[in-house]
Amino acid sequence: MIPYFYLIAQALLIPALSPVCIGIIRKIKALMQNRRGPSIFQPYRDIYKLLHKDEIISADATPIFLIAPYIVFATTLVVAMSIPLLGTFLPTIGTSDIIAVMYILALGTFFLALAGIDIGGPFGGFGASREMTISALAEGGLLFSLFALARMYGTTDLLAMPQALITMPTNVSIMLVTALSFFGFSVALLAENARYPFDNPATHLELTMMHEAMIIEYSGKRLALMEWAAANKLFIFITLGANLFFPWGIATTTNILAVILSLGIFFIKMTGFCIAIALIESTIAKLRLFRLPNLLLLSCIASGIAIILTTLIA
Amino acid sequence: MSALLLTPMGFFSLFAIFGIGAFGALMLRKFDTAANWWGNIFAILGSLLGIAFGIAALTSISTFSFAITTASFPIHFPFQILSFSVDKLSALFIIIISAISLLSSIYAIGYVKHFYRRYNIGTLGFFYNLFIAGMLLVVSSANALLFLLAWEAMSLTTYFLVAYERAEKKSVDAGLLYFSMMQAGTACIALLFMVFYHFAGSFEFSAMQTAAQHIPILWQTVIFILAIIGFGMKAGIVPLHIWLPAAHPAAPSHVSALMSGVMIKTGIYMLIRILIGFFPAQPIWWGLTITGIGAISAVLGVLYALTEHDLKRLLAYHSIENIGIILLGLGSALTFSALHLPALAALALTASLFHTINHATFKSLLFLGAGSVITQTHTGNIEEYGGLWKKMPQTALFFLIGSMAISALPPFNGFFSEWLTYQSLFAGIGTASFATILVSMVSAGALALTGGLALACFVKAFGITFLARPRSEHAEHAHESALSMRLGMALIAGATLVLGISSGYIVGILQTISKPFFAFAETVPTTLLTASPQTISIQDGLSSSVSGSTLAVALIGMIFLTALFTLYGIYRKQHVTIGRTWDCGSTATPRMEITATGFSRTIVTIFKTVLRPRMQTSAGTVTLSVADLSRVYIYQPTSSLSIVIATQVKKIQNGTINTYLMYTAVALLLGLLFSNLL
Repeated sequence: MIPYFYLIAQALLIPALSPVCIGIIRKIKALMQNRRGPSIFQPYRDIYKLLHKDEIISADATPIFLIAPYIVFATTLVVAMSIPLLGTFLPTIGTSDIIAVMYILALGTFFLALAGIDIGGPFGGFGASREMTISALAEGGLLFSLFALARMYGTTDLLAMPQALITMPTNVSIMLVTALSFFGFSVALLAENARYPFDNPATHLELTMMHEAMIIEYSGKRLALMEWAAANKLFIFITLGANLFFPWGIATTTNILAVILSLGIFFIKMTGFCIAIALIESTIAKLRLFRLPNLLLLSCIASGIAIILTTLIA
Repeated sequence: MSALLLTPMGFFSLFAIFGIGAFGALMLRKFDTAANWWGNIFAILGSLLGIAFGIAALTSISTFSFAITTASFPIHFPFQILSFSVDKLSALFIIIISAISLLSSIYAIGYVKHFYRRYNIGTLGFFYNLFIAGMLLVVSSANALLFLLAWEAMSLTTYFLVAYERAEKKSVDAGLLYFSMMQAGTACIALLFMVFYHFAGSFEFSAMQTAAQHIPILWQTVIFILAIIGFGMKAGIVPLHIWLPAAHPAAPSHVSALMSGVMIKTGIYMLIRILIGFFPAQPIWWGLTITGIGAISAVLGVLYALTEHDLKRLLAYHSIENIGIILLGLGSALTFSALHLPALAALALTASLFHTINHATFKSLLFLGAGSVITQTHTGNIEEYGGLWKKMPQTALFFLIGSMAISALPPFNGFFSEWLTYQSLFAGIGTASFATILVSMVSAGALALTGGLALACFVKAFGITFLARPRSEHAEHAHESALSMRLGMALIAGATLVLGISSGYIVGILQTISKPFFAFAETVPTTLLTASPQTISIQDGLSSSVSGSTLAVALIGMIFLTALFTLYGIYRKQHVTIGRTWDCGSTATPRMEITATGFSRTIVTIFKTVLRPRMQTSAGTVTLSVADLSRVYIYQPTSSLSIVIATQVKKIQNGTINTYLMYTAVALLLGLLFSNLL
């Protein structure tokens, strides 16, 4: 019973914690630009503010536009119950397979893109086109990187992966596989979450914007949900990266103290990821759209090599 | 009930109903409404009986088979060809064919109305009924000659259905292309059975099955290649696919739904029947070849679909993609069978069969939806649609469900069969054979790319068609389609969800079909794939599980909770204003919306080495056209070569009868000489 309680706790904890991720990244970026920047809790205030604002909806909008925010947000909640954040003991309820998680997130992307087209503005449509292009090409790298891990752990179930970890030896070849697939995963993380070098999350007025272009017509509560869902998605990817590739400090028993301690360690890892993302965004330029496929192919190839290495180990 | 159905009488009454439907409709051809109702009502009745018959055969312990011999027949026939056999595999296909026919026929009652007084409704009903009967006969015949007759009946009736709108040159051309390609395919199949006959001494499938293992390896290879060409032509594998994007848009939509949803699967059925059913041990390269063809078909199918602006052509290319996904499972099954891994082979075949069922449902749903849209807007060009959600909300909802199912989004059915296909490819990566690892890995990557591109393509197909503002007069004046059309679509849309939620149950049934094929090496009884009504799980090697019901409950529940929380949980005094889309200060017109060309432009540019797009700009309009490469590099050269040869051959035909007699004499002489030398 207790493991199920933790699973439900995750569905509440991830949306509760995700805005801080965005806050940390923004803070570090501000510091790198010699600004003081807003507090790391500013995203919470933004979401709270938006939830209390009135809304303008385009006359062209169909029910797709109206329900898309709920679906996009809900998909992140279902995935939140399918990833190993709190410990190795989480029970699998049949939603935590790597393919299942990828396609649940794809369900959100599908409605996000449709909502972009729905209002008939020129921005939304092109945002949707670019988003679908990038996510189609990123899928291979994401699948291969997670599958390389699955080969090592002997399961494609994300929740079951950390359980297999305890008995796994640490040697050079396993570290090599982890490193290669982690590279593949990081590229997919940046692509799926519309970060540099794929997209600029800080601007609304760049002709190349993707994610912001699709949600440009949203306001009020629905905008809050869209922004919040994006934060959730980033948090989910960081959790996967932190707990599957660097599974140190993950709780192995349902003891509440162990869980809190492991959550503390997770925060350190998460901050590491946020610093890395902020560093990338402060030091490199956004790539041209037609250069992105090369990067995504590279992520796919790196993870592919990792998979071949796992067959050599076995 | 099942004792009554599973008799020769029950079996023939199935065909009798379609026969009455066919000939009755033909007789009523003077009265449009009567012919329409007669033809479709009997198709519905026949399909209902077909479903009952299929379920009875699937649940019965023994295979239902019988033959009508010369002794029991008052007239003498040189060949005993009337033998039938309905095993579990046939039963499954009978259920698929009947179920989709049932729903298409319900849809057709309303749909056919727009042909009234323009075309002959009687002949439509005639060929439609015979077409369904032909498909049922194809999957239940147990004799090669009977099979060929049924196969030809199926191809011929569909030719007349494709060319039904004979006032349109496009339809007639498509019909001709379809007809000639089907004849080429049937020629290969006839040759294939002749090879079998040479070794088995009989046209009975059972005799062929016993003889198959004694066929020399060279002739086995010949059989494999002929099967791939002959049945692959029907299934629509790349590069034998070019009839699909021509024929599916030309046929009436309820017929395209059947052709794309069901008929092309008869090719898959025969590949399973012959390659897996007849041969106990296949060379490993068979499976790898089929997997490779599957991967290529899947990727190219979806890429060409992305470049298409014609809604039905787009769907036709998606059929090629999905046949590719089915072949990924089938190829993996053959590979595992060659590697003596029966449990994995059963898993892969189950994946393949499940995707066959699923594609039948969502593809027919999409074709029916496309039919509704086209009858309202009088064009297949999606650039001229837009804003149709507001005009036909129910059709839009059904098309959305179909789009989600085909894009493999949970909790709809497409996801679960793709998941099984992924798992069989993953299992292929886990084998010890290096070639298998390589092919499976590339195929898994191809499947991931295909999945992503299919998602993009259906954002395009659904978004550009139903969302934003109307871009043409026709789209502005569209109305919701007739009740029977909506009923047909609603039932299939429901089926995609039910098949998804009950995927565990379905997989359990499919396993009883796929497992007996690989009963050869059951030394260690491995139960790799277990399916409870709620969950499909895989153990051993890579363990995992997905649950249809949990996914559905979790997703729908979370959407509901999110909506509840946002609408009623916080700040209920929110004021919603209806305004205009932000247009940067100008006036947003439909011309500012994204078009299908614009949407897919990025992807086409990225894959330009494969697609070779050509861009033409003229005053204010950009046309991005992509020619099917196999058409440019295979079919057009073949066609011009045959014309060149024909022109040369023409020279020896001078029209004098004496010369022709001389040719005959020389041919005879040479023939005698040749047979003497041998």
